[in-house]
Amino acid sequence: MSHYISITATERAEMLKAIGIASTDDMFVDVPEAWRFPALDLPAPMSEPELVRALLERSNKNAHVHTHSIFLGAGAYNHFVPTAIDQILRRGEYYTSYTPYQPEISQGTLQAIFEYQSMICSLTGMEIANASHYDGATALAEAAIMALNVTRNRRKIVVARSVNPQYRAVLRTYLQGLDIEVVGDETPGSSIDDALALVDKQTALLIVQSPDFFGRMHDLRGLADKVQAQGALLCVHFDPIALGLFQTPAEVGADIATAEGQPLGLGLNFGGPYLGIFTTRQKHVHKIAGRIVGVTKDVDGQLAYVLTLRAREQDIRRERATSNICTNQGLMALAATVYMSLMGRQGMRKVAELCYHRAHYAAEAIARLPGYQVEPGTFFKEFVVHCPRPVAEINAALREHQMIGGYDLAEDEPTLGNAMLLAVTEMNSKAEIDRLVELLGQFD
Amino acid sequence: MDTYEPHIYELSALGKHGTNLPRLDVPEAALPTALLRQDGMNDFPELTEPEVMRHYTRISQRNASPDTMMYPLGSCTMKATPKLHEEVARYAGFAAAHPLQDESLSQGALQLMYELQDYLGEISGFEAVSLQPAAGAQGEFTGILAFRAYHLDRGDDDRTEVLVPNAAHGTNPATAAMVGLKVVELKSDARGNVDMDDLRAKLSPRTAGLMLTNPNTLGLFEDQIVEICQLVHDAGGLMYGDGANFNAILGIAKPGELGFDFMHYNLHKTFTTPHGGGGPGSGAVGCTAELAPFLPGPRVRQTASGSYELFTPEKSIGRMKAFHGNFAMLVRAWTYIRTLGAAGLREVSEIAVLNANYVRVKLKDLYPQAVDRICMHETVLKGQIAGAQGIRTLDIAKRLIDYGFHPPTVYFPLIVPEALMIEPTETEGKRTLDIFIQAMRDIAREAVETPDVLHDAPTTAPVRRLDEVRAARQPILRYNAAAFAQILNER
Ligand SMILES: Cc1ncc(COP(=O)(O)O)c(C=O)c1O
Repeated sequence: MSHYISITATERAEMLKAIGIASTDDMFVDVPEAWRFPALDLPAPMSEPELVRALLERSNKNAHVHTHSIFLGAGAYNHFVPTAIDQILRRGEYYTSYTPYQPEISQGTLQAIFEYQSMICSLTGMEIANASHYDGATALAEAAIMALNVTRNRRKIVVARSVNPQYRAVLRTYLQGLDIEVVGDETPGSSIDDALALVDKQTALLIVQSPDFFGRMHDLRGLADKVQAQGALLCVHFDPIALGLFQTPAEVGADIATAEGQPLGLGLNFGGPYLGIFTTRQKHVHKIAGRIVGVTKDVDGQLAYVLTLRAREQDIRRERATSNICTNQGLMALAATVYMSLMGRQGMRKVAELCYHRAHYAAEAIARLPGYQVEPGTFFKEFVVHCPRPVAEINAALREHQMIGGYDLAEDEPTLGNAMLLAVTEMNSKAEIDRLVELLGQFD
Repeated sequence: MDTYEPHIYELSALGKHGTNLPRLDVPEAALPTALLRQDGMNDFPELTEPEVMRHYTRISQRNASPDTMMYPLGSCTMKATPKLHEEVARYAGFAAAHPLQDESLSQGALQLMYELQDYLGEISGFEAVSLQPAAGAQGEFTGILAFRAYHLDRGDDDRTEVLVPNAAHGTNPATAAMVGLKVVELKSDARGNVDMDDLRAKLSPRTAGLMLTNPNTLGLFEDQIVEICQLVHDAGGLMYGDGANFNAILGIAKPGELGFDFMHYNLHKTFTTPHGGGGPGSGAVGCTAELAPFLPGPRVRQTASGSYELFTPEKSIGRMKAFHGNFAMLVRAWTYIRTLGAAGLREVSEIAVLNANYVRVKLKDLYPQAVDRICMHETVLKGQIAGAQGIRTLDIAKRLIDYGFHPPTVYFPLIVPEALMIEPTETEGKRTLDIFIQAMRDIAREAVETPDVLHDAPTTAPVRRLDEVRAARQPILRYNAAAFAQILNER
């Protein structure tokens, strides 16, 4: 009997008697006999100390932000994770409970989600936010589905080439059965204006990212008018950290704004769990996917929170639901909420400033190195560096010095040549940046 | 006791902050003034760390959770969350590793994923596993996209229908719709299983597949499963297994051997990864060798030299999300399987099923069963108490809160009127089950003798029953000082 089981042998016998059967095997007579009780060829069970050893062994085989200096981003960033966040996440009241279907005993989760929605709206300037998607990529794909439902009878989605290639891949996965044309990102180096030129009366949505996959910030003012003139919607995929300082999606008139929430205190986690942020206009509230929390009163008049506008969701609408999403990333939304509360207005601004200034310091120093060029343009915390040698070679050398270099663009953007996408955050100290520059200087 | 905790915006005072950030140690670069945000972000809160901690600790206490009470939420498998998992998933090599760092720097993480693929395949009888989907619904989406791709790949272009039993979870039909396929609903028979005549009538050259939960959402094992799979295959269709109820059959049956072609695991149900107040989960998927080429990438494989690498299957439907899945959940599931081994996993299912049947037989005289049969890991009863007037399942559920229990799932499956779906899980001991049973029996008596006690319930929770219509009619979806003040003043 494992330490997770509370039924003793005596109790088991009593319970079987109450049920009126002789053995637990008799509970499974509905399973066709030939296939009943198959052997499971699994490793032998381990004790807790053995498990700790086995897991430490696997963990220790990985590089991480405490063993290496890291300048890799491309959609997942080494940002500061305040200690207090995990103290909250480890409260069993939050992490062991589930979707707050019973509001009377789920006010904690509900209030936290409502505060998340509130802060995401304040951060982005957008009117409404939902309770989360799986990650930034799926939030963006769901934006496309919503736009198709809002605009009706339009069958085209335009996406700029500078949107993260993994997100563009997920977008195509999501839409593959729906007879939708996804265009705009075929030509290497093509711009947002090139994508805009494809927006027509058949288009449901234009998707742009800023800062984009290459780190560049775009002044998107005026774009929404042009998109909306065609009857289409504009989706801006943003970086929540950049908003501490820079233009919000609301300020540029976005109809939908999505983001990867990982930078908001979630850590790297080898790729997940992360947080899909989804925001839009109030008027589209009946078309959005996922859960949303509202406010009401109880029978005594007390203010209380509750899941609302649920007649969009799969459990009620089934095949007519706005999405099939059920389980979301609730605890990650809580992490982001605690992060934003701790940072506050000043902290959000300060993190953005640190990223911006340190990234620019790094870029300027690298630009001075012989054989290196920094791709021109306005950027936030990530930028493209043209290198004198293949990026794989440079990164291999950096690894020898406990350093993880930037993302190799060779596969996604071969036309850029030996191009590396470098990310610098508030976690990269000046000394670390100087060391990177010194090591890069050894190639030319 | 008035436990109202203000919204965090009401606790804020501009000028504070709650973190200790690095100092700027590089020269300032010029900012692009045209791109600066125009508003002052003035409604964004500012608090200190102790204030934030107290606030989120206080509101946490307004939650019920499996750590504090039995949480028999049917279909959700709210088993206890092993505490070791919360530690190991935070080891720095897992929690602070970048998903795109060179594979040579990620061998431990990739090894763990490779092993988990292997274990999950073995437990379910499938050839190939992808760990990428983020939750059960995304696993379903993966599977039905793979079915579509498989048929198209064979030039079988007209398979546009997905059969879904009327008892199915809402994600099943919603998934089929997201793949652009038509949902054809199947009837259930008197024994709570798929109606075989209806199945035969609805199978056709248009059938892409059947989505089946087994044990099904009535908590019953589909005892004609082998024949069902045969019929679907004979019609050229494929069998999708919704693995939400897998907790009933670990070491009891392997869906891959029964004839399923594809299935998702809810690692947050069967394999203990915590539910997180709504997520994150993990909806890893397994499938036959025939469907493996269509799985989403990246998956992990071992090279000839023994190292681990990521690869994308040749005919992959594409990525379901960025990176490699909800990795931290995979660490927990791995730990669970290695803790229990084969015998321990089988024990999980045996006790989960034992507990559900015990509750069933102890309550069936007062709460009619949806179907009178041995159940699997959950039992579906009806909140139709003899002699009670004007009492609904909702009233019973709310009264259970006053007795210190999280209510079961209610009004699902949709085919059972006044459904109460009780899933105790293997976590609960007999003592707790007996207290729960007694509470249900007391409530049945109250329903007849003092029905208002049920109508007024709950009275011991942080808030009482809510005006849900108001929430929907006058939606307040973000902090609004005037709207909050109005509600607070109306009291
Ligand atoms: C029977 C069944 N199928 C599918 C799902 C969907 O799984 P998830 O919530 O992980 O997306 C659920 C979850 O509640 C379920 O109970």
